[in-house]
Amino acid sequence: MTLFYFEGLKIKEKIIESLLALCGGITVLTTLGILIVLLIESVLFFREVSVVEFVTDTQWTPLFADKHFGILPLVTGTLLTSLIAIIVALPIGLSIAVYLNEYAHPKFRLTIKPVLEILAAIPTVVYGFFALTVVTPALQNIFPSMSGFNALSPGLVMGIMIIPLISSLSEDALYAVPKSLREASYGLGSSRFQTSFKVLVPAASSGIIVSVILAISRAFGETMIVAIAAGQEPNLTFNPLVPIETITTYIVQVSMGDVAQGSLEFRTIFAAGMTLFIFTFILNTITARVKKRYYHKYE
Amino acid sequence: MAEKSEVVNFMDYKLTADKVNVWYGNFHALKDISMRIRPNTVTALIGPSGCGKSTFLRLLNRMNDYIEGFRMEGHILIDEKNIYAKRVRVEELRKEVGMVFQKPNPFPKSIYDNVVYGLTIRNVRDKKTLDEACENSLKQAALWDEVKDDLKKSALALSGGQQQRLCIARTLAVKPTIILMDEPASALDPISTAKIEELINELKKYYTIIIVTHNMQQAGRISDRTAFFYLGLLIEYDTTANIFTNPKEEKTQSYITGRFG
Ligand SMILES: Nc1ncnc2c1ncn2[C@@H]1O[C@H](COP(=O)(O)OP(=O)(O)OP(=O)(O)O)[C@@H](O)[C@H]1O
Ligand SMILES: [Mg+2]
Repeated sequence: MTLFYFEGLKIKEKIIESLLALCGGITVLTTLGILIVLLIESVLFFREVSVVEFVTDTQWTPLFADKHFGILPLVTGTLLTSLIAIIVALPIGLSIAVYLNEYAHPKFRLTIKPVLEILAAIPTVVYGFFALTVVTPALQNIFPSMSGFNALSPGLVMGIMIIPLISSLSEDALYAVPKSLREASYGLGSSRFQTSFKVLVPAASSGIIVSVILAISRAFGETMIVAIAAGQEPNLTFNPLVPIETITTYIVQVSMGDVAQGSLEFRTIFAAGMTLFIFTFILNTITARVKKRYYHKYE
Repeated sequence: MAEKSEVVNFMDYKLTADKVNVWYGNFHALKDISMRIRPNTVTALIGPSGCGKSTFLRLLNRMNDYIEGFRMEGHILIDEKNIYAKRVRVEELRKEVGMVFQKPNPFPKSIYDNVVYGLTIRNVRDKKTLDEACENSLKQAALWDEVKDDLKKSALALSGGQQQRLCIARTLAVKPTIILMDEPASALDPISTAKIEELINELKKYYTIIIVTHNMQQAGRISDRTAFFYLGLLIEYDTTANIFTNPKEEKTQSYITGRFG
């Protein structure tokens, strides 16, 4: 009996183990598959368009008669909207984190954190229309020259969207700072404000940096808001008041348009996708480095 | 401040606790504690774990204020001023009353930045003032010779004993008149401990020191007076010599001879 029982348990364990391995395997294979397709299509693209042209040409007009394949306008579009988003989200997100961590009552902290995270759960298409129909008209009162589609409005709204990403992760990082440092600071006569910004924020800097990098990644990859409110016009500029296009919106535009699959025009989206992938990959590498340093610090 | 207290009037007390009671929620942690401490003395607080030594010590720079459920009755006077009065700013109080903790807790900053932290938060910017304060404090804490060539090095790279002396230097830099120490040597090796004790003997000339310790020999070596706490009560408070050789209370006797705690 006992033996039989053990046998049954063993088989069950084996089945569970294989299922888990299968799930892991599927994830790895999917990722590999995406990477391979991205690579193959990009290689095919760069057979016809030189890498030099791709990174130096200042125009991106693959769908026009006079074709240019310079990725720079899409890159600046992506950087510009993301930069605006971070300029909004970092100070606000960090202030919220500091407030929750050092000023707020613990009970308030526990209730407000999930509420803030709702901001991240609103569908991005809603943010997009909010940018187009509320924020842009409001901004046009301040900047009359601003066009109906621009980088500023979706950038600001994207910033609001990523606030909880920064505030939540930064708050975790601040919370993890040893209590003894807090006591040392108060013991020397620091105010809450001084303790927060002179001791806790520097001590939690690695975690805060990681939160910001994640937020940047999120902003780089954001599609809907910019697709709706930024204008889909590749434009090599850092002027936030004129229409621009980001890498992601270009990809959507082409995937949903009537460009023939397998054509050079179609392959542009893989080259663009590859560029985005490289950016995100670099950010991930930085995150991994910062995290590693962080773990060494408190050992 | 040092000059001021050179001439000790024996009627003068640096610190007075008058019928102090403390609660954490419903738990009555300190019961009717009254105690007077003269300037330029070392007072040791002893007693078994949980008897309220740290609670009492942390009352003196109001570090308990942050604890949820903390409640206090009675008066604590420093230089005849009630430190729990409404108009008292805790930031000012903590400039007068410095604290050194059980585990060395330097900031993850350079040695220099650690020492001058208490000055920079009070908007001292002048490089020369800061340099001097840094050097003097480190000298007073007997750490200068070991670190003078690496002031920019991270404080976390120092040994535990050096870190604790750095924390003492950091406290001295703001020129307090009272220094509270909560088992400052309990995390250190015997050599570092000896250095800290030597230091306390030296600092006594300029500061009033109150120290919690679990080490009876240490209390005997460094303190002028000893207070024995038990279950939130101050059982006996007398000169260290009397407490250790001729205690009046039976409980004190059993504790110092190691029969409990
Ligand atoms: N934050 C707190 N909340 C509730 N109770 C507390 C708190 N801090 C201390 N106490 C209780 O108050 C009593 C006195 O604690 P205290 O830390 O002052 O003891 P102690 O004499 O310093 O002990 P030890 O020698 O272990 O450091 C203990 O019973 C402890 O459980
Ligand atoms: Mg204690």
